[in-house]
Amino acid sequence: MAPDNLCSIAVTSLYKIYGPDPDKSIDLLRDGVTKEEILKRTNNVVALNDVNIRIPSGSIQVIMGLSGSGKSTLVRHFNRLIDPTEGSLIVNGVDVMSLSPAELQRFRSYQTAMVFQRFALLPHRTVLDNVIYGLSLRRPHVRDAVDRGMTWLKRVGLEGYEKRYPSQLSGGMQQRVGLARALAMDAPLLLMDEAFSALDPIIRVDMQNILLKLQKDLRKTIVFITHDLDEALRLGDQIAIVKSGEIVQQGTAEQILTKPATDYVKSFVGEVNRGRYLRVEAGMVPWVGGTTRPGLTVPLGTTLEAALKTMAEHETASVCVLDERESPAGTLHLKAAIALTVR
Amino acid sequence: MFGKDFPQLNDDLLRAIKQTVDQSFLNFTRSYGDTIEWIFSPLAFLLNASERMFTNAPWPVVIAACVLVAWLATRKLSVCLFVASTLVLIGLFDMWENTMKTLSMILVSTLIAIVAGLPIGVLMARSDRVQRAINPLLDVMQTMPSFVYLIPVVMLLGIGRVPGLIAVVIYAVPPMIRLTNLGIRTVDADILEASDAFGASHSQKLWTVQLPLAMPSIMAGVNQTVMMALAMVVIASMIGVQGLGQPVLRAINSQYFTLGIFNGLAIVGIAMAIDRITQGYGARLQKHIGAQNGSR
Ligand SMILES: Nc1ncnc2c1ncn2[C@@H]1O[C@H](COP(=O)(O)OP(=O)(O)OP(=O)(O)O)[C@@H](O)[C@H]1O
Ligand SMILES: [Mg+2]
Repeated sequence: MAPDNLCSIAVTSLYKIYGPDPDKSIDLLRDGVTKEEILKRTNNVVALNDVNIRIPSGSIQVIMGLSGSGKSTLVRHFNRLIDPTEGSLIVNGVDVMSLSPAELQRFRSYQTAMVFQRFALLPHRTVLDNVIYGLSLRRPHVRDAVDRGMTWLKRVGLEGYEKRYPSQLSGGMQQRVGLARALAMDAPLLLMDEAFSALDPIIRVDMQNILLKLQKDLRKTIVFITHDLDEALRLGDQIAIVKSGEIVQQGTAEQILTKPATDYVKSFVGEVNRGRYLRVEAGMVPWVGGTTRPGLTVPLGTTLEAALKTMAEHETASVCVLDERESPAGTLHLKAAIALTVR
Repeated sequence: MFGKDFPQLNDDLLRAIKQTVDQSFLNFTRSYGDTIEWIFSPLAFLLNASERMFTNAPWPVVIAACVLVAWLATRKLSVCLFVASTLVLIGLFDMWENTMKTLSMILVSTLIAIVAGLPIGVLMARSDRVQRAINPLLDVMQTMPSFVYLIPVVMLLGIGRVPGLIAVVIYAVPPMIRLTNLGIRTVDADILEASDAFGASHSQKLWTVQLPLAMPSIMAGVNQTVMMALAMVVIASMIGVQGLGQPVLRAINSQYFTLGIFNGLAIVGIAMAIDRITQGYGARLQKHIGAQNGSR
């Protein structure tokens, strides 16, 4: 794991307890009392319980969990919309707990930007004025705000809509405004709390593609919250799975799929089309063919689903995997591919 | 029979209470009356200026200005027509002068109610403690019969336009305060959070989110304030406020039925015109704010 100063976010021993007497509940938690018991005894809700996470710069970190698992609570700590009950939070090298109110406003304005599940656009402002909302709050004034706003509107595919009002747009378009509003801030950290959850499945995939395409150039640190495993696997360079306020597993899509840490994760993973997210690397064996010219080939990074399709079309039982320099890196056997895909 | 006579305080005690309160208030007004009058002198100036503006302006200018305001606020031809015809009828029936005086009074009292009510409403929305403290006060202001608080106002400031104005404002300001408070408190929490997340300060949040989104509610407050101010016109005329109220008062005293009904109808006409203008403006504000998910 990277050292803290290279991480975009370093969270250590984070606790968040909602309710009348949070400090007492922390002591109870440390004494091993369960969350349910604490709720019964003190009426306090343990939303985050000893969360530790390091998020590297420049990649998409997905935080996944069911409703009520504490995802929103966690992500709102990163820009301190929520204050922790206890714990340390370093974001972009800044100890956010040490910031004064004015410093915190500056930090939010220049270091973070956020996209919301229910869009949270300003209904009385036009699309363009929404996109430049965050910039318009900065002091001194941002001179080229309108130009930047127009650029981002274009990049999310909303050219020509700048004078409309949010209520005149569809949900997918509204969320593109939300995305443009966040990206216009040009902040290194982008927080997205179930940003695509309110959208129809097809629009949702569209938005995921837009985000992935933008991220190729932007290389921002993106924290993406979702309750949908497919979305997590599609977007996440790293995935953290939360269950009732605790992180139960962190890792890449492949690690989550092939080595689920707990029964809980296993039950999650069981539902998903594994071939779509696992890549040939997960199942190939090293190349032993020497310099002989391989027959059927696929590049590294191909999904198992695509590799299986290739094999089926050519009626072969194996395929050669080529690396970036087009030289053979390994062989994927049909048996191994099927074993990984079907479980 | 048991429970027939309530065990009241004895008469001497009651009389003593009333006398002391009255006497001390009288002493207060005797020693501070001039100072208080001086404090309120800007109001007298404002009233005079406004009344001069209304009564000195040529009538076509006044009608044109009122129609223009109606158009800018509502963009509805029907409202403009209503405003124009109401004013023309008022003029034909020889009530122009009094109507101008009443309009001037309404304008000034509404402005003062907004200037005073808006910040109080904002403060109430900011803090539950302030809200708890002010709410009972507003209840009293709204339910106390207006004649009762005319008494101390008159004792302090005598008879005239300024005490009349104060009485009208006291009566008319509560809806302005309440609806500002309500409007700000019901602003969508998601949007407020977004504003926070983008680094807005308290005042930026107030100006960019809370006030604009509370605007329809605030406009409803303005509307009610104007209506209540108009309702006070007759009562305020008892302490020397000029305008449409005075002929009504005279009509009551001397039983002139038509005089009463004409002036009464003039008040109704003005009320309806202002109501349509403010409501129309409120509806236009609502267009983008209210219909979040609908078409427009
Ligand atoms: N302000 C609050 N006061 C009390 N309890 C709260 C508060 N906010 C959240 N909680 C509780 O904390 C827990 C975590 O909530 P949170 O909103 O972080 O979950 P989530 O994973 O984002 O869920 P969802 O998918 O529904 O958005 C829940 O049990 C919730 O009821
Ligand atoms: Mg949530």
